[in-house]
Amino acid sequence: MATIERSFVSKVWDFFCSLKLTLFLLISLALTSIIGTILPQGTLPPQYVAEISHTKLQIYTKLGFFDMYHSWWFIALLYIFSLNLISCSIKRLPHVFKFISDPALILGEGQRNSFPLKKELSFSGPIEKGKDRLVEFLGKEFATPVITEHNGEFHLFAQKTAWCRLGVYVVHFSILVIFVGAIIGSLAGYKGFVAIVEGTSVNSFEGRNGQQIPLGFDVLCEKFTAEFYANGAPKEYKSILTVLENGKPVPGYTHVKVIVNEPMTYKGITFYQASYGQATEGGDHYVTVTSRKDGKAEKFTVHEGVPVTLKDGTTFKLLEATQDVSPFAPGYSGPAARIEVTRKGAAPQIFIAYRDYPDVNAQRGDNLIFSYEGSSAKQYTGLQVAKDPGVWVVWLGCTLMILGLCIAFFMSHKRVWVVVSKGHAWIYGNASKNQAAFQMQFEEVSEKFEHLKI
Amino acid sequence: MTSSMLFNVTTFTYLLSMIAFFAFLASKSKSLGLAGSVLAYAGLLVQTVAIGLRWKESYDMGVGHAPMSNLYESIVFFSWTIVLIFTYIDIRYKYRIIGAFVIPFALLGMAWAQLGMSTGIEPLVPALQSNWLLYHVITCFLGYAAFAVACGISIMYLIKTAVEGSNNNSSAAGGLMSMFPPLKVLDDLNYRAIMIGFPLLTLGIITGAAWANYAWGTYWSWDPKETWSLIVWFVYAAFLHARITKGWVGKRAAWLSVIGFAATIFCYLGVNLFLSGLHSYGSSKM
Ligand code: HEM
Repeated sequence: MATIERSFVSKVWDFFCSLKLTLFLLISLALTSIIGTILPQGTLPPQYVAEISHTKLQIYTKLGFFDMYHSWWFIALLYIFSLNLISCSIKRLPHVFKFISDPALILGEGQRNSFPLKKELSFSGPIEKGKDRLVEFLGKEFATPVITEHNGEFHLFAQKTAWCRLGVYVVHFSILVIFVGAIIGSLAGYKGFVAIVEGTSVNSFEGRNGQQIPLGFDVLCEKFTAEFYANGAPKEYKSILTVLENGKPVPGYTHVKVIVNEPMTYKGITFYQASYGQATEGGDHYVTVTSRKDGKAEKFTVHEGVPVTLKDGTTFKLLEATQDVSPFAPGYSGPAARIEVTRKGAAPQIFIAYRDYPDVNAQRGDNLIFSYEGSSAKQYTGLQVAKDPGVWVVWLGCTLMILGLCIAFFMSHKRVWVVVSKGHAWIYGNASKNQAAFQMQFEEVSEKFEHLKI
Repeated sequence: MTSSMLFNVTTFTYLLSMIAFFAFLASKSKSLGLAGSVLAYAGLLVQTVAIGLRWKESYDMGVGHAPMSNLYESIVFFSWTIVLIFTYIDIRYKYRIIGAFVIPFALLGMAWAQLGMSTGIEPLVPALQSNWLLYHVITCFLGYAAFAVACGISIMYLIKTAVEGSNNNSSAAGGLMSMFPPLKVLDDLNYRAIMIGFPLLTLGIITGAAWANYAWGTYWSWDPKETWSLIVWFVYAAFLHARITKGWVGKRAAWLSVIGFAATIFCYLGVNLFLSGLHSYGSSKM
């Protein structure tokens, strides 16, 4: 019974230690990750739901394909991945430590033949003298050797940067550190969004699941501005924010400029410029109507969709307006409105009136020139709100990973043995990485070795 | 002298370099191989000047930024990194013939960029106005370029095994194969190129995450581009581990390297062309 149990346990252990599992996991993670880049994630767009068949929709939903990076099976893969990593390290690390702390000081006859890098030196002096001379030589040319006497021979062993064999374990450990950082972030951090209308303040924001989370202080949006290049491409989105505690501005946090790529952090909570728009309130729009004949201008305050009658019986109506036309009309910016004008007894005309392009407004050639002057409506700034206390752990993990990769790939454990027998000596060498570079170094040392006079 | 003229000279020089390498392959004349390398170095030099000049031109236009902000500029930079990594491997390991399988990638990129894309300098949208852009793009593309070189080497490996596997006696093709470095060397060079590329890709992903965290407050959001870069990373991690597993050196490793580069290209271009996300060049998301 006990043996069956042990063999089962050891089978499970072997399974989790195996590199085949690692390959399987890496390839599975790569392949399954593709799903989430093809299917929409999170809230599904209605047109997608309309297009896809009902059964497919149900199957995909069941399999968690629409939130696949958080689905139970993807998380399970990551857990098995971590287990694989941990078991593999537990199994191998002791060997590596032993390899470093207790190196093979003696080179057996069998091993000697397998070295591609070796050279022979003959000498006529006594073996003791040869040994002393070679210890000195090795110490000077490579590293101080350990001397072992064995079967009438002296084995001198010297090594360099043995610890770099730990590089891959640093890499593997760093992955676990990053996971820990991500878990801390998901447990103790939060993300959300808040829209603040110009001139107003908020003391909470909307979390991912829709509930309001208190900030513990107030954030006031003084102003929001969007700037554009001449070609209509956005140039800068800027919010001016002030932090208030108990209604009073906090020194150092007043009139803070927040733009994309320059967030503001207060008490561990960071605010990122994310979007903007027209606040719905404040529905007064201002339209100026200029008579081409006498140049007289009259300013009207109008509401969307409500017709206004002019003295000559012409009526006009503001259909819709935007405070920034550039997304709709490349090359233009600033406020603009769609206006419908009906002259007495004529068919209605619809056109766009701008604030910043009087020439365009005049080009319409009609007796009346309409220009849109903007509205009383205020803009709101949309800010991403985030707090992530795990992020420093993630960066620590990333740093360890790069460090570990550099150690694993660009450093090598170099070993040199010199076996001194009566009348002659052999030098052997190998390196854990980058044989070519070591070979050059070895050749240089063994060249001198060959020509030693003892 | 404008950067655009110099980019045309670069493209032409890479074309000549490729022709020289192909002639080298066919004729085994050492001087043709040398010509291929020298032309590639010359092209690299001209391209370096051109990139610097374009950078300066953008400042003269008042929209100064590093020339890595749109698809055209990134393709040009990608070509530059490919030739840079080739130069390193050529000087370090002296297997010139690899140029015949690597320079075509650089030429393809330059030709596509010069002939098929609008070359105008555009101002930076707010999302890209950050120094992180520079760190992120440089590390990613150096990584990609190393994978391109590894892919070229792997293709040589696969051709050589295919030819030598089918006819063991030295026929005409076998003669051509003798130009190729030995299989063991190709396998080793493939590994070396990936040892350069993998840490750079890792650094590229990390700088991308750092930037995303800095600009949006999330270091990882499973955006398609991010996810694809992780897929590429998984493939090359599989490659590295495959090597230590028995039976996966050689042909299978070469295939993994080719698949890895295909995934890299998809990550770079496919995601922008077929999938949507934060990284679509020129999209006006903040
Ligand atoms: C389940 C997960 C993993 C396991 C069990 C695992 C296991 C191993 C083992 C046993 C080795 C050989 C160490 C040696 O040479 O003594 C190794 C090497 C290595 N691993 Fe992993 N590994 C895993 C995931 C990863 C990942 C995700 C990376 C990505 C950075 C990675 C990077 C490396 C590197 C760079 C090497 C050195 C390869 C070389 O020297 O060519 N490992 N891994």
